[in-house]
This record gives sequence, C-alpha cells and structure tokens, in this order.
Amino acid sequence: MLEIVQNNWTLLLVGQYPAGPLGGIVATLLLAIAGLALAFPFAILLAVARLSPYRWVNWPATAVVNIVRGMPFLMVIFWSYFALPILIGRPLSGFWTLVGALVLYESAYLAEIIRAGIQALPRGQEEAARSLGFGYFRTLTFVILPQALYNSLPALIGQFVSLIKETSLGYVISVNEFTYAASQLNSQLLVRPVEVFSILAITYFIVCFALTQSARWVEQRIARTRQGKSSGMQIQTNPLATEPMP
Amino acid sequence: MIRFDKVNKWYGPQLKVLNEVTAEVKKGEVVVVCGPSGSGKTTLIRTINRLEPIDSGSITVNGTDAHSSKNNVNTLRRDIGFVFQQFNLFPHMSVLNNITLAPRKLRGMSRAAAEEKARELLDRVGLADKAEAYPAQLSGGQSQRVAIARSLAMDPPIILFDEPTSALDPEMVGEVLAVMKGLATTGITMMCVTHEMGFARDVADRVWFLDKGNLLEDAKPDEFFSNPTHPRAQRFLADLRH
Amino acid sequence: MGYEFDFSSVLTDQYIDWLISGVRITLLLTAGAWIIAFVIAVVLAVLRATNFRPAVWLVAVFVEVHQNIPLLVQVLFWYFAMPELLPEAWRDWLVRNNSEFILAMIAIAMCTAAYMSEALRSGLRAVPVTQYEAGRSFGFNYLQTMSYIVVPQALRLSVPPMVNHSLLLFKNTSIAMAIGVHELTYQTRQIDSDTFRTFEVFLVATGLYLVLSFIIMFVGNLIERRFSMGTR
Repeated sequence: MLEIVQNNWTLLLVGQYPAGPLGGIVATLLLAIAGLALAFPFAILLAVARLSPYRWVNWPATAVVNIVRGMPFLMVIFWSYFALPILIGRPLSGFWTLVGALVLYESAYLAEIIRAGIQALPRGQEEAARSLGFGYFRTLTFVILPQALYNSLPALIGQFVSLIKETSLGYVISVNEFTYAASQLNSQLLVRPVEVFSILAITYFIVCFALTQSARWVEQRIARTRQGKSSGMQIQTNPLATEPMP
Repeated sequence: MIRFDKVNKWYGPQLKVLNEVTAEVKKGEVVVVCGPSGSGKTTLIRTINRLEPIDSGSITVNGTDAHSSKNNVNTLRRDIGFVFQQFNLFPHMSVLNNITLAPRKLRGMSRAAAEEKARELLDRVGLADKAEAYPAQLSGGQSQRVAIARSLAMDPPIILFDEPTSALDPEMVGEVLAVMKGLATTGITMMCVTHEMGFARDVADRVWFLDKGNLLEDAKPDEFFSNPTHPRAQRFLADLRH
Repeated sequence: MGYEFDFSSVLTDQYIDWLISGVRITLLLTAGAWIIAFVIAVVLAVLRATNFRPAVWLVAVFVEVHQNIPLLVQVLFWYFAMPELLPEAWRDWLVRNNSEFILAMIAIAMCTAAYMSEALRSGLRAVPVTQYEAGRSFGFNYLQTMSYIVVPQALRLSVPPMVNHSLLLFKNTSIAMAIGVHELTYQTRQIDSDTFRTFEVFLVATGLYLVLSFIIMFVGNLIERRFSMGTR
C-alpha cells in the first residue's frame, strides 16, 4: 500500500497539476472551501427570509429550502451540469459546475443551521436592541447574527465536513478531485482495488475526523464560555448505565 | 416507623452532610424537617428510601434495615411514597397512566382496578377532570398534586416530601399544601422537607431543625416556634420573620 | 428562451417503464437498507449503553469511520474492494445474485446505522436523570425503569433525527448508480442518453424524487406529532 502512495502521491495530492488540471485531495479541499464561502451569504439570506413575519418573504424561502432538502445531491449536480452553462451563457469547467451544485444544495442546509442558531437566542436580545432604537436590519447585523453565527460554529464546521464528503460525487461527472484521482489510479493498476480504495478511505477519514474533532473542541469551548456567563442553562444528562443506583 | 441511628454521610473527604443523626418518626406522625439551604435536609430524606447511600449508622424503616444489602431495595421503596421538588411526572404518559404504572407493574393490579383507584385519588386531589391530560398540559400545582396521587397509588404506609412547594409559583403553593394537610389527617406517616412554616405550625407533630448535617432540634411545633433551644435555630426563625 | 419543451418523447411507454422500474429499485433499496440500518443502530446503541469498555470503543470506531468517509467511497469500497476480501464461494454467490444491489444496500445501511445509533444515543442522554430516579423510587428495578420510563422517552426524543436520517437514506440511494444499480437516477441518465431530452427527463425525475421525499417528510411529521409527549 505504501508503495502505491510513494509512486502516485502527486496524482493523489494535486492531480496532473501543474502540467494538467488541478486534482486530488487539494482540489477536494478547494472545492469544499469555495462551496462553503459562496453558499454562506445565500444561506444567511434564506435563514433571515424564513424567519420573516411576511408571508411573501418566508413562503418562497421555505419552498426553496424544502425542495432542496427533498432532492438527492446527485440530482442537483446534474442540474448544475446541464442548466448552469445555459444560464450563464458559456461553458463551465467541472470544478465550477460542482461548486455551483454545492452552493445551491448547501445554502439550504446552512440556512437551517443559521435559523436554528437565531431561534435559540433569547427573545430579550432582539427586544433589548429594538428598545435601544436599532432598526430591524441593524438589530440583525449587530446583535442577532454575530451571536447566532458564533453559537452555530460547531454545526458549521460539521457542515464543512459534509461538503468535503459531497465533493466526492463530482466523480460521477468526472470532476478532477480526490475520488476521481483514486478511481483513475485503480483502473491504471487494475488488480489492487483493496489497497487503492483503502488509501482513499483512510485519507478522507483523517481529514474529516480531524475537522469533526475540532468541531467538538469548539463546541466545548463555547459551552464553557456560556456557562461562565449564565448558570441554569445546563441540561442534566442521564448517566444511564453508569450503574444501577444503590 | 422510621428510625435513624447515628447516621453519617460524607460528600468526598471534606464535606460531611449528615453528622451522627439519631431520631425517630413514630407511626402516623407528621414530621417537618427544616433548616437553612445546604443543611442536609434533602439528603436526609433521600437516605430513607436509599436514593442516597449512607457511610455509617443505620436507618430502619418499618422494621427493616433500609441500607442493608440483604434487603431488596425495590421492595422497600414500594412501601415508601416519594414526592419530588420537580414533580418528575413521566412526560410520555397521560396522568392516568402515570398513576397506574406502578400498581399495575409492581403489584400486578388489573388495569381496570388500577384506573378506578387512580380516579379516586385524582378526585381526592381535586383533579378528576385531568385523567387524560399529559404532564405538559398541567400547571405546576396540578403537576405536584398528580405526583402526590401517583405516590399514594401504591398505598404506602409512609410518604416523604422533598420540598414539594419550592418549585411552584406562590399562588399555587396553597392548593398543594391543602392536599398535604388533608393527607396528614388520614393516619399515614409523613415526613416533609419544607420552608412552609405555617404548614409546620398547623399540621406537624414534630419539627426537626437541621444545620450543617447536625440535627439540632426535635420538638413539638409550638415549642420550636415559641422557644427554640439552639441559637442557630433562633437565628433561622428570626431570618424567616424578616 | 428558444427551448421548446417536449415531454411526449420522454413519456413513451418504454421510458415510463424504465422510470417505474427505477422508482421500484430506489424504494426497494431504501426499504432494505432502512431495516438493516435500524436493527444495527439499535444493537450499537445498546452496546454503547452497556458501559463495557471494549464494546463502547468498538461502537465509537464504527460510528466515526462511517461518519467521516464519503458514502460514495464506502459504496465503491464495498463494490470494488470488499469482494476481494471475501471467500471465493461468497464472491460467486454475489455475482450470481445481483451483487451491485446487495453491496450498495449493505454500504448505505452501514453508513446510515452509524448516524441512527447516534440519534438513539442522544435520545437516551436527553432523558433527565431525575426520571430514572423517580422510577427507581417507586421500587422499579433497573430494567423495569429503563423499559417503562427511560427508553420510551428516549425513542420519542429521537424521532425527529431518525426521520431526518431516513430522508437522507432515501436520497442517498441515488449514489448506488455509481456502481450500476438501475435505480431512478441511473434510469434517468439512460433515458437522457437515448432521447437527448435532458431537461424534460430530469424534470420528471426531480419531480418523482420530490414527491417521494415529501411523503417521507409528511409521514415523519405525523409520527413526530403522534409522539410529542403532549407538549403541543
């Protein structure tokens, strides 16, 4: 297995770059970062729209979120593949096709996370800001969103892990990313699928697990600072099978 | 009925919550346990049905050693009703099922008989119309009255109350105390941790005063309120009057 | 826009048959994987609750591995690598018995089981310890307290995440097309390459997915309401 890594590490890391297109795990990470960064503004808009008291604002936003939630990501990828070039009037590379799909799909999921973060804030926060004379949008940008986004940071990191995993589906439309590189390698080597797919799985695991763990660490930190600020928010959990009581 | 004999309990090596507590509750007596917060009242009442273990001494309930590993703790608990500060109703069951669960599963009572009894008990606590409701639909006072009915469903000779009115809004305290007063006249043995001194004065046979794990007073209510012997108890009563 | 929609060339008898068989395979895959996933999830959650160190550790590893590797990679691993690790006789049996479908079902089920077992576990942890205490104070023993009081509440608390994972499971069956399972997404692409009526056929397929997803969401909502412990 090590020997396969030794002989092909550039393919797995960056694809054919710099001679050809960028690929491999670096492309996977860039795809996920681009997808997250571009989806974020849309997600905030959708979240705020869903919480709007006006029907003509929250209804379309709710419809968009539910439609995306009801579609397999693969379907979104195919839509992006066919429809996006027509919409913008010029051909798109596989990389940007996949980013387009990620933005559409993840806007909806990120919006739900941000919405939950906003709804978890005590009502008093909004009331206090409004009483000071802040308008709706200033209340949102100065008071509500900073807190909501900070509190949802662990969930957002978790969603970044989802994005990394979703980029693997670019394989189906032959986007140069990590899974695609590994499958190319597999057809080159032909007889060593166990090793090739183990390398693929282990690498994804290391990247995603590191991120999941950091999300947990952030979550604990946030919980600690919050506990410092106000008590009585702790939830008693059940030690369950610790041992039957005396 | 309940006898404490040199009961000691520590939380860790530093903190002693019960210190050589020796006392007795006679059959049919109503005992109110009071004292400042952190004095060990709640711990004391929770040792009776072994929700809290003790480190030394013994507690005898109805003739059986409550903390002996030879005696089955579950059999012991069937005969001791316990009412919690936070009610602890089971949120996934209707009021009726909350009350009938223990008699049906532990006494093998038929559903019909258990429900009949439950409805009687609900009537007694003034909540006959709430049989089909779920805990989330009840007010605090109603929840606590259901919890009392639930404890009585097992016909326990002893019932213990752990600050039953402390989690209630002030206007709901009265309805729960009324039920408890009614209960005191039935001859059941009652022990109650509470800050309701009016209840202690009117209903209790004896008042125990606990401070830092020491049982400082064990007196009739009129003696305790008019003439407490221990200075710590005097200060406690003075603080309450302010 | 100059595009003329023409659904009639997509919705011929033959292609409708393809779509129906695609939906059928998608639903079979969903149902089969769901049952396997649920059973494994319950076993994992129970093992984890035993507090027996090696069991807890094993479950944690299972969960982390399946949650931190893309499902597509898991599916590819089961399809390309796993048969190499199996005895010859099993491999032959798989090839004779529609190996793509079976392996995709196992891969999707294992991955979903990891998520579902976490949902069940957090349900257990969300039941307040005072509920356990109240049960014990009646004289119920450990098993009685768990089965009458703690577990029923835990199951109710885990209904929303379980519904969510069921929906994701349904959507994830589309990934099985990558190894040639003839489910709905696969059939859609077949019709597309036959007719070149890309928009029409993908509109129809998207509609089918949405209808099925909404049915799952709707049923999930009913179950959630039915088990909401009367809070609403």
